Amino acid sequence: MTGPAPSSTTTVAANPSTPLRLVTRRFLRHRLALVSAGILAVLALASLLAPLVENGLGLDANTVNLFNRFAPPSVDHPLGTDEAGRDVLLRLLYGGQVSLFVGIAAALTAAVLGTAIGLTSGYFGGRIDALFMRVTDGVIALPLLPLLIVLAALDLEKLGFAPETAQAESASLYRIVVIVALVGWTTVARLVRATALSLRERPFVLAARAQGASSLRIMTVHILPNLASPIIVATTLSVGNVILLESVLSFLGLGIQPPLPSWGNLLTNAQELIWDAPALAVYPGLAIFVTVIAFNFVGDGLQDALDPRSLERGNR
Amino acid sequence: MLRYLCERLVQSAAVLAVMSFVIFVLIGLMPGDPVDLMISADPDLTSADIEKLREIYGLDRPVVERYGNWLLAALHGDFGFSRLFAQPVFDVLLPALGHTLTLLGISLTLALVIGLPLGIWAAVRPYSVRDYSVNLFAFAGISMPSFWLGLLLIILFAVILGWFPAGGLGTPGKDGWADKLIYLVLPATSLTLASVGGHTRYMRASMLETLRQDYIRTARAKGLSERRVVLGHALRNALIPVTTIIALDFGFLFSGALITETIFAYPGMGKLTFDAVMGNDFNLALVCLLLATLVTLAGNILADLAYSWLDPRIGFEGKKL
Repeated sequence: MTGPAPSSTTTVAANPSTPLRLVTRRFLRHRLALVSAGILAVLALASLLAPLVENGLGLDANTVNLFNRFAPPSVDHPLGTDEAGRDVLLRLLYGGQVSLFVGIAAALTAAVLGTAIGLTSGYFGGRIDALFMRVTDGVIALPLLPLLIVLAALDLEKLGFAPETAQAESASLYRIVVIVALVGWTTVARLVRATALSLRERPFVLAARAQGASSLRIMTVHILPNLASPIIVATTLSVGNVILLESVLSFLGLGIQPPLPSWGNLLTNAQELIWDAPALAVYPGLAIFVTVIAFNFVGDGLQDALDPRSLERGNR
Repeated sequence: MLRYLCERLVQSAAVLAVMSFVIFVLIGLMPGDPVDLMISADPDLTSADIEKLREIYGLDRPVVERYGNWLLAALHGDFGFSRLFAQPVFDVLLPALGHTLTLLGISLTLALVIGLPLGIWAAVRPYSVRDYSVNLFAFAGISMPSFWLGLLLIILFAVILGWFPAGGLGTPGKDGWADKLIYLVLPATSLTLASVGGHTRYMRASMLETLRQDYIRTARAKGLSERRVVLGHALRNALIPVTTIIALDFGFLFSGALITETIFAYPGMGKLTFDAVMGNDFNLALVCLLLATLVTLAGNILADLAYSWLDPRIGFEGKKL
């Protein structure tokens, strides 16, 4: 009834090896995840090599040329030009640098924050736990998107930042990383807390405590490594989400500020330009879509590979 | 049960109260205040006038005091005037709420009608071509930036084909639900596609888990048809976790509609929230954000209640997070 079982289910039993090899093998069996990882690698590499592409084409990503607006794809401009005569491909690659950086940086920051909160909460329990979990519940109950819009619209100068800092080009970049991390840590915090709660009663933790290890040492050396799997999976899955959030905010004009390109703000003018250049609305959206779906598939594949229960599923 | 409900309600009220203060402070930190806007509208104002205006509006007071005043008025049912619309906040809010609930009602129904059967259909043949295709579709829905989906729908159906209007609520001068419905097609499609993937995946995962249970083996051993096993025995239990996730999702959808409404110029709560925040409409933005919080909190409580109502084995007392 369960249909044809996935191939080579016996390798796990027949070929005992290190946990890392097991995980790698299980991940490699997940074809969609594998393809996705490849696509992500290509996208990241292409974005990082944008300056080389720029030299190769003999163009500059920010040069405005109003005599050459909305040019169709050509040898000089592989994807044509935009409303200011800039090369679409180059803008897309530089936008990729920004969007991927924001996605990964914010997801990692949120994961660190969530791990610290979840670990403290789960390890110490009691009042600290109750307090932290109430805060977590509160943050989860917040309407994410409207809140992000308010946070993105805040006047940094009123928060006490110097005008030079607040108006720097990179300010919008770091601001978005910070605000997404501020609201995005809850998933990891809950996962980590739940696991830490069960781990702290385990014999190896008791043994460490009996040997006189400090709480900090027990948390970081003994408990944290056991939490790696859920943290890795949740963080991978959240990169896709962050990229979506960044693109929405930038699209609405609140995230990454032009002239710094991001996949979201490349679409800001797309709605008005639909008649003149529908293609301009397609490329950045496609880039976001492909990247997000790839991160989701990789996360899914990692989950199957790292979660022991999926082994049982594979053997059915 | 009642005690648990009361506890949750008190807790939610506390979250709401804290949130109202946080939002109040945050909105005060946005660029410009009402007097700044008057200054830009009237260059003849002297600095003495400005001082006076700030005093009249209470802007020279500390934030805690201003919040206290706002709260006092709010508890008396006075949420102030919307600057953008020059109307009491609730007169602006209620029609928008109605529009959003219509849009959400249609989209949620469609997403469930499509997503749940699709999830079940995939789960009964796990790891088959069918399952992979459904999974691919679901992931595509989850990963699609909803504003881009909206743009593509506008390009295809409004610009190229001209079948449906690109935005708005109805043709001016035309009445009747048929006209309104035509305007709902694109935003509802966009919102449905954005949420159907999640429902499909939840349903598939839950059904897959249920089909692994012993009583399903028993049902099969009795010689029941696969159809009766899945629809008669497994479905009811598999729906339990899905129901709670739908309730949780409602709050998410409520604020997620912001993008769709903005793209399609649909005058619902989401667009109102966005316009209020962008237009420095303090009173309106505050109430919009609080309402969104309220809906999310209500969704959470509803999810908990639904869970224990559908599965009596889950008590309230022992349920601690």
